[in-house]
Amino acid sequence: MIIISAVNKRFGKLEVLKSIYAEFNHGKSYAMIGPNGSGKTTLIKCILGMVLPDSGTINVNGKSIANDWSYRNLVGYMPQIGRYPDQMKIGQIFDMIRDLRQDQSHIDEDLIKEFNLDHMSDKRMHTLSGGTRQKVSASLAFLFNPRIMILDEPTAGLDPIAVEILKEKIIAEKNKDRTFLITSHIMSDLDELTSNVVYLEEGKILFNDTIDLLKEETGEIKLGRAIATIMKRNLKESERV
Amino acid sequence: MMKIAKYVSYDILRNRFIALYTLFLLMVTFSMFSLDSDPGKATLSLLNIVLLVVPLVSIVFTTIHFYNSYEFIELLLAQPVSRKTIYFAEYFSISIALSTAYIIGVAIPMLFLNFSESSLYLIMAGLLLTFVFVALAFGASVATRDKAKAIGIALLFWFYFTLIYDGLILYVIYSFSDYPLDKVTLALVSLNPIDLARIIILLKLDLSALMGYTGAFYKNFFGSSLGVIYSVLFLFVWTLAPLLLAMRKFVRKDI
Repeated sequence: MIIISAVNKRFGKLEVLKSIYAEFNHGKSYAMIGPNGSGKTTLIKCILGMVLPDSGTINVNGKSIANDWSYRNLVGYMPQIGRYPDQMKIGQIFDMIRDLRQDQSHIDEDLIKEFNLDHMSDKRMHTLSGGTRQKVSASLAFLFNPRIMILDEPTAGLDPIAVEILKEKIIAEKNKDRTFLITSHIMSDLDELTSNVVYLEEGKILFNDTIDLLKEETGEIKLGRAIATIMKRNLKESERV
Repeated sequence: MMKIAKYVSYDILRNRFIALYTLFLLMVTFSMFSLDSDPGKATLSLLNIVLLVVPLVSIVFTTIHFYNSYEFIELLLAQPVSRKTIYFAEYFSISIALSTAYIIGVAIPMLFLNFSESSLYLIMAGLLLTFVFVALAFGASVATRDKAKAIGIALLFWFYFTLIYDGLILYVIYSFSDYPLDKVTLALVSLNPIDLARIIILLKLDLSALMGYTGAFYKNFFGSSLGVIYSVLFLFVWTLAPLLLAMRKFVRKDI
């Protein structure tokens, strides 16, 4: 469980996160939606400890993450762009990350097998296409069966078959009492994969509830249209002010 | 830390640039010793090249490598390891790779071509300079998010220590030549790692007269062995100070 309270972050003059409060619970999967530059990636990086908030606290399973790195044993992260050392082999990447984790009891190599990465473990990273690198990133994120999964644009750059494999994997895993945080600009994907929506705009969370409630409120059947309705409504409100 | 360093240094050692650097050093070493029949003079010529090339390659390669592995560092940060571990792993990986190139390119051939005390000191000076300039490059890389700016800062460091600083020292000595400047010059030399490295070898080669005023004074002040210890000590300070300052910044940096 992740509890974020009163988190502020600014980069120079730009206020990226404005007093964010949020709770992400086990057993639920959250879609992080928002326009470009709304603070999604910054919020994710705050949870991962890559960006340090100016004020506020973030708790993971009851412990503050400030100056602590052990909580990352619970976290699997798939970055938006995965770049790896050029001359490293696929197999070495997996070996290295496995070396770094203490808890080796629940290794999950399903994705490695389904993406056929085990047959190319001698390939060097610089010879791989962007999609294959994404497959490596995805397999790494799932490798340790983490309680908390953070996926930043997981389906971007993957071919349709790989997208389906990854989606099936997410759907299979999300029922196992985990927390999923997924950002994406592909609403149909999120509609399938997630149960809750966190809508960010200009560094504020404007909506954080179930997808069903959002659809009900806006009277739309599809998540994409429901979000568009909210965005338009906010635009009108800000014009009125 | 060593777990990460093992994989990362392997990756850097396979880098084509490191191979070219090794080859270049090999060529220079062999040509210096085949062109000059006097091994002392050959060592001196080699020293001048080492003092220019080693800092330049170390600082530029490290800066570029740091920025190229930015996304990889990000991935490591998502793993259960502390930032300090990642930082030192990166530092050791790059230092190991560049030192290996230097050992293959300069140290091993020198041991065969001209095994002498001054050769050993040249080898040590080159290695120490590698450590110093890799650390300085980390300082430059951590200072800014912009790769071009960081390479600019790195090059500025190099220009400063190889060219500008000498000019400044000359200017100071020239304009205050009426005063006793012995100790001032000594302090000024300690502020430049490249000068410190040069002194180590010049003292050993017994060519300190070539360094003019400072060299003669330095020799007089320390005798040769104490001078070497002093220089080496200060080169360690030059490694640790930027390395630790940059680490403090890296630990608090937004990646």
